[in-house]
Amino acid sequence: MRVGVKLFAQLRDKAGAGDVAIEIGAGATVRQVWQALVAAHPELAPFETSVSCAVNATYARMHTHVNAGDEVAFLPPVSGG
Amino acid sequence: MPLLAVTREPLSVEKLSADVAALSGAEGEGCGAVTSFAGLVRAHHQGRAVTHLEYEAYEPLALKSFEQIRREAKDQWPGVVLGLHHRIGRLEIGEASIVIAAAAAHRAAAFEVCRYVIERVKQIAPIWKHEYFSGGGDAWVEGAVADPNDAAARELARARACASA
Repeated sequence: MRVGVKLFAQLRDKAGAGDVAIEIGAGATVRQVWQALVAAHPELAPFETSVSCAVNATYARMHTHVNAGDEVAFLPPVSGG
Repeated sequence: MPLLAVTREPLSVEKLSADVAALSGAEGEGCGAVTSFAGLVRAHHQGRAVTHLEYEAYEPLALKSFEQIRREAKDQWPGVVLGLHHRIGRLEIGEASIVIAAAAAHRAAAFEVCRYVIERVKQIAPIWKHEYFSGGGDAWVEGAVADPNDAAARELARARACASA
C-alpha cells in the first residue's frame, strides 16, 4: 500500500522534500513507515529519538497502524510561541 | 478571525482581548478580568543578531492542539474564554508571533490561563521557528518533543501558571 508522508522544518530541509510517498506492506505501523523513510533518506536517522508523529493530522504513536492513503506526518521538536 | 487561529496576517492583541471580553461578558458571572500575552520577535538569540524569523506550522494539527489546550484550560478554570492566535510566515523584529487573551469573572483565573496556554503551546503545538542571522546563516530552533498526552509536561505548565498564587 502507499501512504503519504509529510515532513516539517529540519526534517523537510534534510530530506529535500516536504511530501514523500512510501510503499509499505499492509498493516504497517508508523514506526515501519519511519524505517522505510530513513532507508530512503538516511540523513533523517539522527531524529529517531526526538521525532513525534501524526496520522491524518491527529497525534499518533509509533505503534499506531496506518492504512492505504493515510497522511503520516513526522514532526521534529517544536518551537512555537 | 476565529478565537483559535494560525494565520499569515499580523496579530492584534487588542482585537483578540476585546473579542474574548465580549464573549465572556455574555455568559455566567460576566467578565471581570481580561489578561493578554504577546510574544514578540527578539533581535538577538543566544548572542547572535537575528534579522528576521520564519514560522512554519502543520496547520490542521496546530488547530487541534489549540483546541486541546482550550479544553485543558476550561477543565482547570471553568468559565474562562480563551483566544489564541499564532502567526506563520516571515516576521520582522518586534512583530508579534503569538497573542493570547483570557477573559474570566476574576483576575486569578485570567492570569493563570494566559501563562498556562503559552507553556502548553511551547510543549505541544506543531509550529517551528527558523531564525535568520545578521551576516548570513540560519537555524531551526528545537524546543520540546511534542507529546500531547505527557501528563508531567501538563503538570509543569499548570505549576508555572499557578506559581504566583
